[in-house]
Amino acid sequence: MLNQMKTSISALALAACLTFSAQAAETTGAGASFVFPAMSKWSADYNKATKNKINYQSIGSGGGIAQIKAGTVDFGSSDQPLKPADLSASGLVQFPSVMGAVVPVVNIPGVKPGSLKFTGPILADIYLGKITRWNDPAIAAVNPGVVLPDLKITVVHRSDGSGTTFNFVNYLSKVSLDWREKVGEGTSVKWPTGIGSKGNEGVAATTKQIKGAIGYVELSYAITTKMNYAAVRNRAGNFIVPSKESIKAAAASADWANAKDFSLVITDAPGAQAYPISATNFIMMKKQPKKAGKNADVLKFFDWVYANGDQSAEALGYVALPADLVAQIKAYWAANLK
Amino acid sequence: MTISLSDQRVLNDGRNDRLFRRGVTVAGIFVLISLFLAAAMMFKGGWDAFNTFGFRFLITENWDPVQQQFGALVPIYGTLVTSFIALLIAVPISFGIALFLTELAPHWLRLPVSSAIELLAGIPSIIYGMWGLFVLVPYLGEYVFPWIDEHMGAWPLLGVMFQGPPLGVGMGTAGLVLAIMIIPFISSVMREVFLTVPTQLKESAYALGSTTTEVVWNIVVPYTRSATIGGIFLGLGRALGETMAVTFVLGNAHRLSFSLLEPGNSIAATIANEFSEADSPMYLSSLIALGFLLFVVTFIVLSIAKLMLRSLNKREGN
Repeated sequence: MLNQMKTSISALALAACLTFSAQAAETTGAGASFVFPAMSKWSADYNKATKNKINYQSIGSGGGIAQIKAGTVDFGSSDQPLKPADLSASGLVQFPSVMGAVVPVVNIPGVKPGSLKFTGPILADIYLGKITRWNDPAIAAVNPGVVLPDLKITVVHRSDGSGTTFNFVNYLSKVSLDWREKVGEGTSVKWPTGIGSKGNEGVAATTKQIKGAIGYVELSYAITTKMNYAAVRNRAGNFIVPSKESIKAAAASADWANAKDFSLVITDAPGAQAYPISATNFIMMKKQPKKAGKNADVLKFFDWVYANGDQSAEALGYVALPADLVAQIKAYWAANLK
Repeated sequence: MTISLSDQRVLNDGRNDRLFRRGVTVAGIFVLISLFLAAAMMFKGGWDAFNTFGFRFLITENWDPVQQQFGALVPIYGTLVTSFIALLIAVPISFGIALFLTELAPHWLRLPVSSAIELLAGIPSIIYGMWGLFVLVPYLGEYVFPWIDEHMGAWPLLGVMFQGPPLGVGMGTAGLVLAIMIIPFISSVMREVFLTVPTQLKESAYALGSTTTEVVWNIVVPYTRSATIGGIFLGLGRALGETMAVTFVLGNAHRLSFSLLEPGNSIAATIANEFSEADSPMYLSSLIALGFLLFVVTFIVLSIAKLMLRSLNKREGN
């Protein structure tokens, strides 16, 4: 009922927007806030290049999925991929748009930026409340040479539902049986310990305010807010600092070819240099849109993004898709969308 | 039959009067209708949650979006506790501000201070929240909370309220920020009603040899009691529903803790945080049910206030 209400309100809003720009081809999308900065940049550049307009509303992944299912937007966007069964039930297709990473950030007096290392199980135990002090032997064992203070760990997590949370807890579920059984995965979960803050900016700010805090934010936020972020050990056993290269390595080592509808979360990727908490943003479209021809506009936009959007995305802390993945996406378009 | 000019006027007056009466009646009923519709819509939206979890929804602290299990105890508790702390701090300070302005302050100071109060009331709540997080939280976490933990944490019985890690965020901080936010509301109402005390009454008391303190306690306070309590509950209403400022400093954790130094959650903060990504019908329904509960909590608190006022008046024989 409420979804209907939400939908009809946004439909009204969209209708109001559309009446003002009847001539220019305007395409509307809605969904994940993760991809919003890149979307804004792309749509501005795309408008300059082609005069076509993309109107993207950053309403959250859940909202994006609801809106594209209801058909009130031309494309939806989510940080959590839908399962193939769910997609076919709603007549949707799905493909990746851009990549990023979720990074653990810490505020420990005396620990230099970039010097701290984590393993997946250590992160899980910290977020489970099992490891409670920074000088815990488990942390010290993987951080030889780093002087860790006898300081209480304060866990900071997102208080709002978020694709960032989804990728983070998805990773913890993959590396810790305890986490999978006690907490599980989702855009919001029942946190066993810690304090919640709203948005990446909230987690970043709270982590900075509290000595001994650990949080998790998107890489671009960690870079722009100059936070102390840590390396994480990947499945191959190497400690990997989140970077453009290590995210690309994760994307390249993920098994996209065998993932139906690209329904794959690339956390804990197998590549030797892969950053283990890499994240993908997904685009969803209707196979049969209400307005004929709209899908062509959307595809034209993403075709342009794959060809021209790399640099602007990377300037904002995102990572463009590897070329062979783009080739797979285009084959997928040809097979599923007329 | 001809109608004289004066008859015509009487007719016109009567019609205008009826129109006016209908107009204001519609305005009055509008409040009732919108209140009723809001309550009904929230109850309908929250029905799934009420129906599934039953009475347990009110008394369980479990809030697990993954397992789809929801209970409202933590947000209800957090809402009541933070608002109560806010009142505890705000009422005496507001009382002092209002008395100072009406009874003691030199005349040239009264206008600037009361304008300042009204300006404070106009600051958006998110500003209070950011100030709380960036200024208050580090200070409390560094200096105040450790002291409270050390000195008050060992008290018998009450000690549990003052134990905890010195994070700086928590229910105590939220109560403090709320107090600062509602002081302008309560103190400006108090100032207005203190001004309504007839000068003759006060002057008579002074003439009989009363001190300022005696005039305040024996004349001003009794004369304005119901309006003063009304002002306090206006502030309480605002504290109960406050969202943005609270969510910044409350810690937003769905765990029940009796310590004021520990993070908690409030109804409004939970809804604001989780609504946009509530992706299952039961999750959404539970959040709307929380909204309905906030409505009920506010209603109960305001009813208690009215009852208190009535029994006060009865005792005085009014």
